[in-house]
Amino acid sequence: MTTTANKPRTTAGLQRRRPSRANKTFYWMVVPALVLFVILHTVPTVTGMFYSFTDYAGYGEWDFVGLSNYVNLFKDDRIMASYGFTFLFAITTTIVVNVGALFIAILLNSKIKYQTAFRGIFFIPNILSVLIVGYVFNYLLSNNLPLIGQALGIDWLSTSILANPDLAWLGIVGVTAWQSIAFSVIIYLAGLQTVPEELYEAAGLDGASPWRQFRSITFPMIAGYFTINMVLALKGLLQAFDQIVALTNGGPGTSTESVAMVIYRGGFQGGEYGYQMANSVVYLVVIVVLSLLQMRFLSRKESELQ
Amino acid sequence: MSLLIEKPEAGTPATRRRRSSVNIPLTLLAAVLSLTVLIPLYFTIVTALKSSDQLGGNGLALPTSIHLENFSNAWKLTNFPNALLISGIVTVAAVILTILTNSLVAYAIARNMHRPFFKALYYFFIAALFVPFPIIMLPVTKEMAVLGLDNPVGLFLLYTVYGLSFNVLVYTAFIKSIPAELEEASVMDGASTWTTFWKVIFPILTPINATVGILTCLWAWNDFLLPLVILSDPTTRTLPLVQYVFQGQFNTDYTTAFASYLMAMAPLLLIYIFAQRWVISGVMRGSIK
Repeated sequence: MTTTANKPRTTAGLQRRRPSRANKTFYWMVVPALVLFVILHTVPTVTGMFYSFTDYAGYGEWDFVGLSNYVNLFKDDRIMASYGFTFLFAITTTIVVNVGALFIAILLNSKIKYQTAFRGIFFIPNILSVLIVGYVFNYLLSNNLPLIGQALGIDWLSTSILANPDLAWLGIVGVTAWQSIAFSVIIYLAGLQTVPEELYEAAGLDGASPWRQFRSITFPMIAGYFTINMVLALKGLLQAFDQIVALTNGGPGTSTESVAMVIYRGGFQGGEYGYQMANSVVYLVVIVVLSLLQMRFLSRKESELQ
Repeated sequence: MSLLIEKPEAGTPATRRRRSSVNIPLTLLAAVLSLTVLIPLYFTIVTALKSSDQLGGNGLALPTSIHLENFSNAWKLTNFPNALLISGIVTVAAVILTILTNSLVAYAIARNMHRPFFKALYYFFIAALFVPFPIIMLPVTKEMAVLGLDNPVGLFLLYTVYGLSFNVLVYTAFIKSIPAELEEASVMDGASTWTTFWKVIFPILTPINATVGILTCLWAWNDFLLPLVILSDPTTRTLPLVQYVFQGQFNTDYTTAFASYLMAMAPLLLIYIFAQRWVISGVMRGSIK
């Protein structure tokens, strides 16, 4: 806090004494990176938007088609279904991940033995490749889980849930949550360590129950970390690709195709370059709007809590 | 900001002093929950050691005989040393280049935030955080091919550039907490801005460099989509990409496939076992920005 308050004065002082040549150095520090960023990030984003108004197939000639790609998107059942699946998957997984991670983080922050070792174990899923984790679970879910289902006499578990159009998405939610919880746990743990122990002691003396302590102390104190986790998780999960390739490859049929997967398939293999770029632009707008709404909503809740 | 960053280190001894009694039921609960992580790992290892006719049952049984030939088969079929080399080069290059360049960019921005150009640049980079990769996937693939960068060099360049958005956020938050007096002293001694950065600021950034390095390493090593769309030459496939191709070609040879998965996971898993505490504190630091 004190450093921030002093900042304007000290920086201004530094600038006054520094010759104007030094400022050029600062430009040299950023301009090469800026040029690379524009070439490799901004240019593709803008050319993509440009091609969304054409009938470009990815090769050969193209013509302007105005907004017709955008109009067609909304009439395309496969595209709409991919948005439906992506939202259902991303929202469900975000909730599962945050509830699970918060629970585990509180557990790992309590007075347990072998605390560091447990933290080490719970972070392992995050250092593994999503694709490979998907392949391992693909085998478990299609070969081992049905055996357990048969042994217990549960009908819907007796065959592979990944082969069932109604249940496959749950398999993807489960595997993704298994992996994503690891990272959220670490962020929540960082948050929990900012809560002063004295608050719990005082609350304990006042006879507050653990649930009451969680509601009145823990959660309000780490609300900022909750916001970060919710926004990061939803944004990341809306882009799901690797785990779906490994688990169902979009199937059965096209029941688990995510938006990213439809863009990849249509754009690279289906000759729908222009059309999928229109899809990408819509997808970008959806993600930006959702992230901003979520941030506004959650930060308002946050200030209500404090 | 500085207060927040020092918190975990400062808080630990205090909490440890008060930790007089250990909660046994909660420890048991943690142990049971950790099985959800350990069982799939155990399963991967035992499956990689079995022969095809030992598969079946609940899959958790220990192998009756060890089949190391799964590993040699996977080694040959996936051309493992080549993929390991490519993944290694891409990851190491991405980590080094990211730390060296991104910290520099963030430093220039953090110290000039009152100037419109640098402020605009900051928001320009941060805004890119909202652009999901699938949107640039098609155009960037074409562009990289045109530029002759559809190879591992292009790949680590992309990791360096695409990491900039998030890393600038983490670095600038930290740099703002470094008192400007430190640089003033160095400038008074006649050091240039470059020298000041490398001699004074860069060493102070070590904890954040570690955080950025760890996150970049995990990303570059495990990423699948970027190598899938960028790499055109089959001999330059990274480890995850090799698993994908392998799965498509030999999708019934489960024991060899699991040996191959295990070999792809092993390098990072081994490093993690030894540097666990360090990795976790690094990632934690990244979240307290």
